[in-house]
Amino acid sequence: MAWNINNDKCLRCGGCVSVCPTAALELRDKLIRDEKLCTLCGVCEKACPVDAIKVAKQ
Amino acid sequence: MIDVIVIGAGPAGTACAKKLAEEGFSVEVYDKRAEIGAPKRCAEGISEASQDFLGKIPERCIAQKIKGARLYAPDGRYLDAILSSGGFVLERKVFDKWLAEEAVKTGAAVQANTFISDMVKDERGYYAGVKGEFLGNEFMEKARVVVCATGAESPLRNKALGVFSKVNLIDSCIQYEMTNIDVIPDLIHIYLSGVLAPRGYVWVFPKGEHKANVGLGIIPQDKKPAAYMNEFLKLHPDMVKDMVANGFVLCGEAANHVNPIHGGGIKEAVISGQMAADTIAECLKKNDVSKKALSKFNEVWWKERGNHLKRVEKLRETLEKLSDADLNDLVDALKPEDIIEFARGAKLSVLAKVLMRKPRLVGIARHLL
Repeated sequence: MAWNINNDKCLRCGGCVSVCPTAALELRDKLIRDEKLCTLCGVCEKACPVDAIKVAKQ
Repeated sequence: MIDVIVIGAGPAGTACAKKLAEEGFSVEVYDKRAEIGAPKRCAEGISEASQDFLGKIPERCIAQKIKGARLYAPDGRYLDAILSSGGFVLERKVFDKWLAEEAVKTGAAVQANTFISDMVKDERGYYAGVKGEFLGNEFMEKARVVVCATGAESPLRNKALGVFSKVNLIDSCIQYEMTNIDVIPDLIHIYLSGVLAPRGYVWVFPKGEHKANVGLGIIPQDKKPAAYMNEFLKLHPDMVKDMVANGFVLCGEAANHVNPIHGGGIKEAVISGQMAADTIAECLKKNDVSKKALSKFNEVWWKERGNHLKRVEKLRETLEKLSDADLNDLVDALKPEDIIEFARGAKLSVLAKVLMRKPRLVGIARHLL
């Protein structure tokens, strides 16, 4: 899987949502990603303060 | 149909709702969290002068009165800046509820635990309502104007106006609320260091004798803030130029209205919410909520706050260029009154003058002028 969230690590801070250029992320009770919108650009991984998101470029 | 829907019951949303309700408009505020103001993602500091916009903050919202700031250089030397009017460290979960209560007292409705998933448009293509979920039930509510005061963490601002935060302009932060620590309680403590907190700072905001918010923010990079500490993400502005669309207004942190030097956003949120309300009220009275009519908010905000915050942003860009040795020299060269000027978003010439006091900083000072 090219995009991965570790929900145990995630703090629900919303930092990844704020930087997502394609509005692919949404924070409900946990982080939700819209696969159709996501371009796997990786900024969410960069913004995450706790290393909860992993993006592998295909 | 109601007049205005506000998404987000933080300082910007409730300030906007309160003003509109005072003008007699029907306002509904939705917040996704079950408890307004909690969990906080905030160091909770605010200046006493912010009460000019907020009204008098009740005692119950205040965890600690602050008389100034202690600024530490990387080598440990420090400087105390005592403010003529001080500040507070708040209890945000009490403070935000007070703001919401104030909005409700004037006639606005506030509903927590409500997730807004999308906005709806009318036949003219104007934003005219929201879709959401409350207690497991989906609903749709129509309004003449939709205000997005969600903070930065919602994709709605991106969907409406293409607004998102640039990753190189945010600080990735972690904060603990800690107890059993020894701090001088009536000062906030700021540690500058390119080693400890590259392009950011460490803060200790006391909340009583042995309790404090201890946080650290850095530019996003491979080594995570969590490697030092643990929680939260805060924004530095890349201020949004155009904050309106037909039937839609963006305000507060959702529009990146945050002080760029320290990341504080409560006061800017309240001002931005109130300014948005003024324009919205005017537009509703004239029955014209087009982008053109609402864009008066752009004009007013940029004139009153935006251009000022832009200058503060330039200050930050300069400070970011300083090495730990420069920071040591800077704290050495600073006078307490300079810090107070900084905190107010001083003129660039003030910082340049300070930098000129140290030969090694003259080059950076020239860049500022």
